Amino acid sequence: MKRFASIAFGTATALFLQGCAGWQSALDPKGPAASELAWLIWFFAGLCAVVWVLVMIALAMPLMMRPREPAEPLVLDAGADNRKLRVVMTAVGLTAVILIGLTLLSFFANRTLAAIGSDAALTIRVTGHQWWWEVRYEDATPSRILTTANEIHIPAGEPVRLLLTSTDVIHSFWVPSLSGKLDLIPGHMNVLDIKADKPGVYRGQCAEFCGAQHANMGTFIIAEPRAKFDAWWNDQLQPAAAPMSGEAKAGEDLFLNRPCVMCHKIGGTPAGGTVAPDLTHVASRQTLAAGTLTMSRGNLAAWIADPQGVKPGSHMPVVDLSGDELNAIVAYLEGLK
Amino acid sequence: MSSADLTSERDLPPEREATTRGDLVPERDGPRDTGMDDASLHRWLARTWRTPPGIIGALSSVDHKVIARRYLITAFLFLCLGGLNAVVMRIQLSGPQRGLIGPDLYNQLFTMHGVTMMFLFAVPIVQATGIYLVPLMVGTRNIAFPRLNAFSYWVYVSGGLFAWVSFALSMAPDVGWFAYVPLSGPEYGPGKRADVWAQMITYTEVSSLAVAVATIVTVLKQRAPGMSLDKIPLYVWALLVTSFVVVFAMPAVMITSTFLILDRLVGTHIFNPAEGGDALLFQHLFWFFGHPEVYIIFLPATGMVSAIIPAFARRPAFGHLGLVLSLIAVGFLSFGLWVHHMFATGLPKLGASFFTASSMLIAIPNGVQIFCWLATLWDGRPVIRTPLLFVLGFFFTFVIGGLTGVMLASVPLDLQVHDTYFVVAHFHYVLIGGSVFPLLGAAYFWFPKITGRMMSERLGRWHFWLAMIGFNAAFFPMHIVGLWGMPRRVYTYPAELGWGNINLFISAGAVLFFLSFVLFAFNLVHGALRGAPAGDNPWDAGTLEWATSSPPPSYNFARIPVVTNVEPLWAEREALAVATGLRVDARELIISTVAEAHPDIREKSATPSIWPLLAAIAVGGTFLYSIFTPWAIVWGAAPIAITLIGWFWPKGDPEDEE
Amino acid sequence: MNQRPALDISDLPTFGHGPRSPTWWGTLGFMALEGTGFALAAGAYLYLATLWPNWRLSAPEPNHWPGTIVTLLLIVSLVPNHILNGYAKQCAIGPVRIGMVVMSLLGIAPLIVRWFEFPALNIYWDTNAYGSMLWVLLGLHSTHLITDVGDTIVLTVLMFTRHGYSGRRFGDVGDNVFYWDFVVLTWIPIYLLIYWVPRLG
Repeated sequence: MKRFASIAFGTATALFLQGCAGWQSALDPKGPAASELAWLIWFFAGLCAVVWVLVMIALAMPLMMRPREPAEPLVLDAGADNRKLRVVMTAVGLTAVILIGLTLLSFFANRTLAAIGSDAALTIRVTGHQWWWEVRYEDATPSRILTTANEIHIPAGEPVRLLLTSTDVIHSFWVPSLSGKLDLIPGHMNVLDIKADKPGVYRGQCAEFCGAQHANMGTFIIAEPRAKFDAWWNDQLQPAAAPMSGEAKAGEDLFLNRPCVMCHKIGGTPAGGTVAPDLTHVASRQTLAAGTLTMSRGNLAAWIADPQGVKPGSHMPVVDLSGDELNAIVAYLEGLK
Repeated sequence: MSSADLTSERDLPPEREATTRGDLVPERDGPRDTGMDDASLHRWLARTWRTPPGIIGALSSVDHKVIARRYLITAFLFLCLGGLNAVVMRIQLSGPQRGLIGPDLYNQLFTMHGVTMMFLFAVPIVQATGIYLVPLMVGTRNIAFPRLNAFSYWVYVSGGLFAWVSFALSMAPDVGWFAYVPLSGPEYGPGKRADVWAQMITYTEVSSLAVAVATIVTVLKQRAPGMSLDKIPLYVWALLVTSFVVVFAMPAVMITSTFLILDRLVGTHIFNPAEGGDALLFQHLFWFFGHPEVYIIFLPATGMVSAIIPAFARRPAFGHLGLVLSLIAVGFLSFGLWVHHMFATGLPKLGASFFTASSMLIAIPNGVQIFCWLATLWDGRPVIRTPLLFVLGFFFTFVIGGLTGVMLASVPLDLQVHDTYFVVAHFHYVLIGGSVFPLLGAAYFWFPKITGRMMSERLGRWHFWLAMIGFNAAFFPMHIVGLWGMPRRVYTYPAELGWGNINLFISAGAVLFFLSFVLFAFNLVHGALRGAPAGDNPWDAGTLEWATSSPPPSYNFARIPVVTNVEPLWAEREALAVATGLRVDARELIISTVAEAHPDIREKSATPSIWPLLAAIAVGGTFLYSIFTPWAIVWGAAPIAITLIGWFWPKGDPEDEE
Repeated sequence: MNQRPALDISDLPTFGHGPRSPTWWGTLGFMALEGTGFALAAGAYLYLATLWPNWRLSAPEPNHWPGTIVTLLLIVSLVPNHILNGYAKQCAIGPVRIGMVVMSLLGIAPLIVRWFEFPALNIYWDTNAYGSMLWVLLGLHSTHLITDVGDTIVLTVLMFTRHGYSGRRFGDVGDNVFYWDFVVLTWIPIYLLIYWVPRLG
């Protein structure tokens, strides 16, 4: 049993080192909340391991003893049973002390976490949809309110307040390297404060089962230095780039005359649908279809041509397009930086 | 306590005098067992208590052992189906972006896996074990309300078939075993899939509730004379507490599924936030049942551990009273923890902290149980046979599950691991480690009693090691991959997250674990056909089920034992004290007082009847039909009423008349 | 295993009333689980009522009169119910037959009035969650009432046959009395929830 355990541990360690861990791992924290939690996880796990080993020793001891002396099972050694009672009571007492300690620890950790976002200046409303994230940056000036999808840019080193809700089913927002998860529930509004210590890209995904494409509902937190973040916000507020080539212009016309406009919005054009992601700056995003594909010309074409093949069950319908038409639309979207 | 005390201490209630004055047909007496020689006694009892011959006879059986065997076999088949689900899921997850199955099938698979394992395997099998053993252990001839017991089996089978036929038709629920709204609600759960979930839940719970009531009454009222509360075997205590938990927890899930089906079928708005309902209400109701559910599965397993350890440690359980009080404490506390399944829903912080404390608290009675079992083993090296090996495996794995449970009780920590593979690992350690391993030990332990033959010890050891290695290889790495960020209920994952290798390892472990059940099935069949004859008491254990032959006769005991010790067979090595005076031409058994188990009434137990089956068909048909129209309840009322009247209407047997 | 006779139980009676009988305990078990169901349904109602500050969700007030009449009928029925129990304990067939007929009628009467309760709620089940909860609570108790009245009628018929002269039947009458108390008892909180809690909002 012991050898098996060491093999299992060794294998696990090897696998751990091999994996490209960190991008979406609770054990590789990149923000104050996740750091506090990682510490808590290790502390609990360590203490539990110690307790487990002690119980296993207590279990192994009788296996090494000689068989019980009196053959008659009802003949008992009262003295021995009294000693055992003291040991059992002590063990129960220790259990209680450990549990009280862990409860207090958990309570104080919760207070630390609650304090992280108390001075958040930036508020972002995240709305869950089957199967993508609508991201709206709130601002006192209505013209500065910004709507995008799936990728959340934040200033590094600053706490940010996320307001979480949903318009369809329950989802859960979880970026493990920054913070624990919180649900997006229709009819409820939850508040999650996050903070990234350093610039970087942190992956997360929906953690509450939400239907067919629960597996492909990724999100990215992109933490940038403040200046870069402000510049990004200003860029995103601009209307969509005008098509640069004839093909792209044809693509824009196609987009506006096909069912695409029913669901998608492209700022600066008549396309104003709100049931699907805002595409005004779609090409500036790193992935497509909520983290399902990386952004590239080929993937854009694949996604538009065969959404049910890429993401079966997704609400993106197949739009009947010829090869040239598909190329034109891809050329147009590719220019929406 | 001597037998004289049993009769002299009994104070006769005053009503007894009154009853004899009423308008009663004088009792027709029949032959009694007093002074009857063994051969005639067996002949009489065998004729009185037999299950009638033929197919109709078999379908009419009310013998608790016959019903329990059917339950056990059915539950084992559902285990195999649920296990196959798991294997298919593990093949799909063995590498990133595998295309073996798509999300539509995967979501049905994991839902069916959960539903099957919880409602069609775990709860029925622990209850079935109780149906078999409790009447034997308390020394009576049949379970209380035997027809209700037969009915509950038929309802259970039809519920299971209903779910699996739906799966074969690709109509199985795909919303998770918890079926949260709005995903399962009228707007986002089109088709009949969520309705299948709701109705299947409702009727398997009808069956659990009926068994629970029958078990409670058997334990409270049918104990052998002298088996006062302090002499009830721990296994029976565990089943008693479990049955009480069932009675107070299962209605919650029936209310949940009924509300859901009303929202879906007749347009109520109970869970619809747009019209004054609330989605979280569903979760509160579901987990008010869902957390006790874990203990409904786990507590009977602790009873099995408490039965197996003394037999092999060769002494009564250490801390009998402590173990009983722990069972009761766990039963109560299990109702105060449900919110820890909902920490990620953003509940007020103070409330959440309360549930952290209560979740931590339940670790104390569970700890008491563990320490008492260890102390029972400390007298010297126990006899190591397969049942005990599985109990040792239970300690190895369940303690891990219990400790990770402590981690989950912490609100902040839970927010990182909730709904990830860490939780999947945790509850499989609790449910498989804490319940399936003891069940497997129990299978080896009681198989000789049920079949009269031993299972192979050598295959048993192979089975144990294969199960241990397969189980730990499959589930331990899940803790790690969960902390690496892998959520539950995903049908695939991207390669760049680096979860591929560890998932391949997990899948290999899962296949190994599945193979261990194939070996187990082989050992069961081999043992039943070729096993060495077992004798009445192959382990020299101390409780009453070992006092009768293996397999036990239809009437369980030729004469009802009189109990003087918690391990009666150890206390009475020469000859078992028994009671005499029961009729042998009618199904008489002893009804005793609740606390002291003084014999109080000679009551007659129900005879075989086909009506419970017909009633189950009427109820099942109504539920099935109700998925399509609410009027089914109105149309179904007539056949249900007719079958119930047929069930309860007296037939003029000696069992009906006094 | 060898046996030695140690206890003679041949003079025990063959039936008992109340807690002496397993059926009584079974009835109690079913009351416990049904009571839990009622409590949870009531809890769900109160949960939603506290969640929405304007509970009743701008629906009109229910008309309490049919419900109040049902309540009075049910409370009045407790008197003959307990008189019947006394006769059942004495195994007196004549008075028990009369009592069962009376109890059947006192079961049917509130069911008839109950028919008028549903329209008196002044809202449909599919209007909003408030309406849904009222219909669910009233529906739950009506199911309860119908099944128990059905049970009472069957037992009444049985008491008029030759099977009525058995001690076990008198025990069944006692359990029927016990269960009717429960049906009445569960109605009181539901009555308050349906007709009086909405008036607070």
